Amino acid sequence: MSWHDPIGAALPHIKTGDWLTLLLGGICVVLLTLNLWNGGLADKAVIRSGGKIFREVPLSRDQQIEVPGPLGVSVIAIEKRRARIVSDPSPRQYCVRQGWLQQSGEIAICLPNQVSVELTGSVKKYDSLNY
Amino acid sequence: MTASTTETIGEGRRGKGEGGKPSSILLDTTAEDHHIARMAAVALGLTVLENAIPSPLPGVKPGLANIVTLIVLARYGWRAAAWVSLLRVVAGSLLFGNFLAPGFFLSLSGAVLSLLVLAFAQHLPKCWFGPVSHSIYAAFAHIAGQMVVVYLWLIPHAGIAYLIPIFAAAALVFGTANGLIAARFMDNDGKSNMERLP
Repeated sequence: MSWHDPIGAALPHIKTGDWLTLLLGGICVVLLTLNLWNGGLADKAVIRSGGKIFREVPLSRDQQIEVPGPLGVSVIAIEKRRARIVSDPSPRQYCVRQGWLQQSGEIAICLPNQVSVELTGSVKKYDSLNY
Repeated sequence: MTASTTETIGEGRRGKGEGGKPSSILLDTTAEDHHIARMAAVALGLTVLENAIPSPLPGVKPGLANIVTLIVLARYGWRAAAWVSLLRVVAGSLLFGNFLAPGFFLSLSGAVLSLLVLAFAQHLPKCWFGPVSHSIYAAFAHIAGQMVVVYLWLIPHAGIAYLIPIFAAAALVFGTANGLIAARFMDNDGKSNMERLP
């Protein structure tokens, strides 16, 4: 046996059907990846304030929205089918620094000001926060 | 075949009988039982070895013990393979101390579904399909079984779907590798001596 050439030595062990299985498996992996890893195009932004839905706006129109919270006013911008929190009175500015949200399921939360913006698609998918 | 479960403990148990006379309980074991026990022990060794390998993601493991299952399947049939696989799962969980813990049920569901798929896969035409195919199908069945348990019991949230592509890719890679290793082993003992593996 030739341990110096593992790949060449391994090839005779892969029969025609095995190649078929490999191909099938590969296609399976690719399809699963494509289906499960595209976040889905978002077409709506759900803005919440104090746990209640403040407004639901489509991403198709560029606009700025001012959302009042307990600390002050958060400004949310929608531009080129993306959304972000432009300014917020929260001390650590996490939601502002999160930047643009683009895919369905993405969410920016300003906890101190109790304001959040979440993107949703036509089909509501899982969000990345929950696992 | 009930006797074979005790194989992992020993051939027979000796205890003190009445009046200090040693009495012994001997279980009738066949040569096949011994063989299955030996194979399960090899699989168990590989499981221990594999646990020493660090994994980037919990759940992504090479599944080296399945090499033994594949060889047993090809040489001694599905029944023996099922025994070896399930003995390995139970004894392995006892060894690592997670018997009846979530990890045990994950192993069990994966092993059971793999065995079910292998029951069908072994009937694929021999001239076209070898251990590599068996291994890949079993690996995919393994993650499928685990994901079902994870979803129904441990994390009932659609978010785990996000991990499926990683597990599927790992199944393909490790399934192929294990199948090739199994094929190589059987190649060896087919040519030279039949007892290369214990």
